[in-house]
Amino acid sequence: MTLSDHLPVLQVIVPLLAAPLVILLRNGFLAWLASLLTSLCALGLGSQLTATVLAHGPQHYHVGGWAPPFGISLSVDAFSALLVLLISGASCLALAGGRLSLRRDIDNRRAPMFYGAWLIAVAGLSGIAVAGDAFNVFVFMEISSLATYILIAGGRDRRALSAVFKYLIIGTIGATFYLIGVGFIYMMTGTLNFDDMAVRLEGVIETRPVVIAAGFITIGLALKAAIFPLHVWLPRAYTYAPNAVTVFIAACSTKVALYVLLRFNFAVFHGNLLGHSELFSAFVIPLALSGILIASLVAVYQTNLKKLLAFSSVAQVGYIALAAGLTSASGLLAAMLHMFNHALAKGSLFLCVAAFALVSGDTSLKRLQGIGRRMPWTMGAFVIAGLSLIGVPGTAGFISKWYLIVAALEFGQVGFLLVAAIVVSSLMAVAYLWHFVEGAYYGTPPAGESSPMEVSLPLRCLIWVAALSNIFFGLFPQLPLALARSGTSALLQGGLY
Amino acid sequence: MKLLGLFNYWVFAVLLMIGLYTLISKQNLVKKMLALAIFQSAVFLFFITMSKIEGGTAPIFRAGAGEQVFSNPLPQVLILTAIVVGISTMALGLAIVVRLYEEYGTIEDDEILAMDRNA
Repeated sequence: MTLSDHLPVLQVIVPLLAAPLVILLRNGFLAWLASLLTSLCALGLGSQLTATVLAHGPQHYHVGGWAPPFGISLSVDAFSALLVLLISGASCLALAGGRLSLRRDIDNRRAPMFYGAWLIAVAGLSGIAVAGDAFNVFVFMEISSLATYILIAGGRDRRALSAVFKYLIIGTIGATFYLIGVGFIYMMTGTLNFDDMAVRLEGVIETRPVVIAAGFITIGLALKAAIFPLHVWLPRAYTYAPNAVTVFIAACSTKVALYVLLRFNFAVFHGNLLGHSELFSAFVIPLALSGILIASLVAVYQTNLKKLLAFSSVAQVGYIALAAGLTSASGLLAAMLHMFNHALAKGSLFLCVAAFALVSGDTSLKRLQGIGRRMPWTMGAFVIAGLSLIGVPGTAGFISKWYLIVAALEFGQVGFLLVAAIVVSSLMAVAYLWHFVEGAYYGTPPAGESSPMEVSLPLRCLIWVAALSNIFFGLFPQLPLALARSGTSALLQGGLY
Repeated sequence: MKLLGLFNYWVFAVLLMIGLYTLISKQNLVKKMLALAIFQSAVFLFFITMSKIEGGTAPIFRAGAGEQVFSNPLPQVLILTAIVVGISTMALGLAIVVRLYEEYGTIEDDEILAMDRNA
């Protein structure tokens, strides 16, 4: 075996082993550097893994050489690879761009611990993406959640503490519901391995425990994924977290829960439960639609830029859930594409917000009046990423909205209503972003703060790289499209072994 | 008799609901953490019950013991892991409660929210 055969497990092990070493460093800067290097390493491994998956199909890894269904297996298809890229990419972006912001938010004495927690979060999230069985997904989910709570509460804002307590309660309820569902499935099938489960469920399809399991798992994961109206933990957690942490979690944490939701519902239940498509659509589509419309509307009336973007995230999770709720191959394709593109757009937007906060010290819209004239470069990047969030042609957001609309039209008569909702909420996205952009360009800055004051050149470059990647993947969407296509077929065909 | 045969499952459901109800209805953060512990314990009981077979023993092969009935050890191992996860969650949750008390001087959820709103 060469090193490249071990790629799936290295994706988890590298950040997991680096975490305690980072804690030992006892110096804020060194710990930050080590975390950034580890994240870059994870991104490198992830790219290599993605290339292997695209070239040779899904990869399987037997931990310790024990074959499934008895041993622990990791399985990586294109959908997992997409997630791995998102997680490691978001971590690199947030750490590289958040250096100054984190130095301001995190007590230097405790910084190594904080970065240790950061790497554990990366390891946990990557673990969910590569795990091949339901119980390992639960363990990794709890590892990443516990680490994320620490990251959110790690800043100086005391409101983050009550926000994170709520997140902890709701997150644990979600994970426990998921565990109950897994228990019911284990009762009926005697296995935890996803692929094995899909095969063995065939014998017990119409039994009530399986239906109950599907319900518990779907609700538990919907809580974690912040699907409206189970999103109550999200806005405050995103708003009061340290700015760099928001960049990281906004880009990947809800996506990972959505990933498990899709994996369970489509790889395991879809082919086995009679009427699963109808039930899943009937449950998810109304929630997704109300999320898209209501959260966008609430975003229009926010007075804090971070909270505005957080509500926009709830709406965007709604798009992904809506696409998945169509239960067609084209719908899943749109869901995966939107996960990727939304992570790009939100990551860039929150990075700009972190830069604004460095200069103005606050993210309330009032304090950010006139910021566009003070920080023209950062503001330009914000507008580009904002256009991608709205879905203007030429940006990445347009690609996924296009596929979403195509999938909705295939859905039948309600398709037109769905498309109407998508268009209306895109207009609301214009409204809530304009609410900020107008003040930023034409508003009067707070007294004594009118001189131009940009952030440092390297940070500006990074912000622009992030913003331009939205345009790049809008013009050349081959990579996410290839991953989403291959991921969709792997999910629907199942039977990886 | 069937009702009694499912006794553990009834306890599971009742404990689960006690935990969930307390989580929603109580404002005291320590009580919320206790409720979370009850909620999770219910699930532990559920897993352990499912693995138990009447007359089943621990899966240890003994020479010359004849035909033996074993209980499934796997759910018990899973729950060992889940208990560890539960303890970590409890530790972190209580640590956050301590920090909240340091910052706000109270551990009542509604009072903390009111102080946030007025700030």
